[in-house]
Amino acid sequence: MTADDVWAALAEIPDPEIPDLSLVDLGVIKSVTVDGPRVRVEFTPTFMGCPALERMQVEMTAAIERVGGMAEIDVVLDDSWSTDRISPAGREKLRRAGFAPPAPRPAGKLELVELQRGAFRCPYCGSTDTKLENIFGPTPCRSIRYCNACRQPFEQFKTI
Amino acid sequence: MSKRTDLLLDLADDELFLGWRNSEWTGIAPFLEEDVAFSSIAQNEIGHARALYELAAAELGTTADELAFDRKLEDYRCAPLVQLRRLEWARTIARHWLYETADEIRLAALKASDDLEIAGIAAKIDREEAYHRMHAEMWIDRLLASEEGRARLNEAMDELWPYALGVLNDELRPELRRRAEERLGRALPEVEPVPRDVHEAELAELWQEMTMVRRSAPAGSQW
Repeated sequence: MTADDVWAALAEIPDPEIPDLSLVDLGVIKSVTVDGPRVRVEFTPTFMGCPALERMQVEMTAAIERVGGMAEIDVVLDDSWSTDRISPAGREKLRRAGFAPPAPRPAGKLELVELQRGAFRCPYCGSTDTKLENIFGPTPCRSIRYCNACRQPFEQFKTI
Repeated sequence: MSKRTDLLLDLADDELFLGWRNSEWTGIAPFLEEDVAFSSIAQNEIGHARALYELAAAELGTTADELAFDRKLEDYRCAPLVQLRRLEWARTIARHWLYETADEIRLAALKASDDLEIAGIAAKIDREEAYHRMHAEMWIDRLLASEEGRARLNEAMDELWPYALGVLNDELRPELRRRAEERLGRALPEVEPVPRDVHEAELAELWQEMTMVRRSAPAGSQW
């Protein structure tokens, strides 16, 4: 069992809330270290109140066991996960699933005026004629926007 | 208990109790967007509390759940500002803004800590809190825009001001005063802060409710 085998197994695990995306697409796996049968995974949680975090750890442990390893999941609680870590493929999968992918993390402070700008693209019709409806949405990671062009509300991934 | 675990429990208890109080708007906020917003903010705060309890638990040889639910009432360290029960809307917004602003000042100090675990978790929490602050600021703008809103907000701010000061230590309080006075465009009263060891009657009520299910089950129950 190599680190590549482990990465391949982890890439099969769907995100518990948005199954179109895998945990590898989501960028929550920071590193994989294989030492004989022991596999150490550094896991960087998304939003700290996300109920899917425990499920992700259970699924990772099971996937590593299936390729013959003993998992040790190390939860890294620092600022290293950002929505910038969602892979380009992950962003495309998000869009196809009807979610607008997150904007890049700004260098400075995140400002409300940024969210109120129309630059966010509707995942259904592609228009940027959209407006912020609610900073908060059905889960911690999403905001609600409205597309003036196709008159559809849609879920926008928050930048973190 | 070390100074480090005291600090972690101050933060965790604040976030847990405020999260609980915010969740009291679930289903009954003035309109749907706010129902969603306060529920989501509550979920974030409780997530922060859990991570902070886990850090403290690793040092104390216990678990996050035991710290959150099994301590004696008098051992909780949360600031009285977060103990107050669901308030009417202007007071809810005043508390929301005062807490989030105080929390930003406190997190900025913690992000500069030489304890890398604390600096790391503070930076992660701060990323999520940015959205809470934007939401609070948006509501302050809205209330300040009308005469009635301004009057009710000012009344609530005066009432909660000594509680807000009690969230921070002596060193950080002047910064909270500076930001609050600038935001409201007026001076706030010179008052003694309500310190952390004060337990409002509402805390006992909330603790009873929050721990009821856990206290009703035998020790070691699996959930």
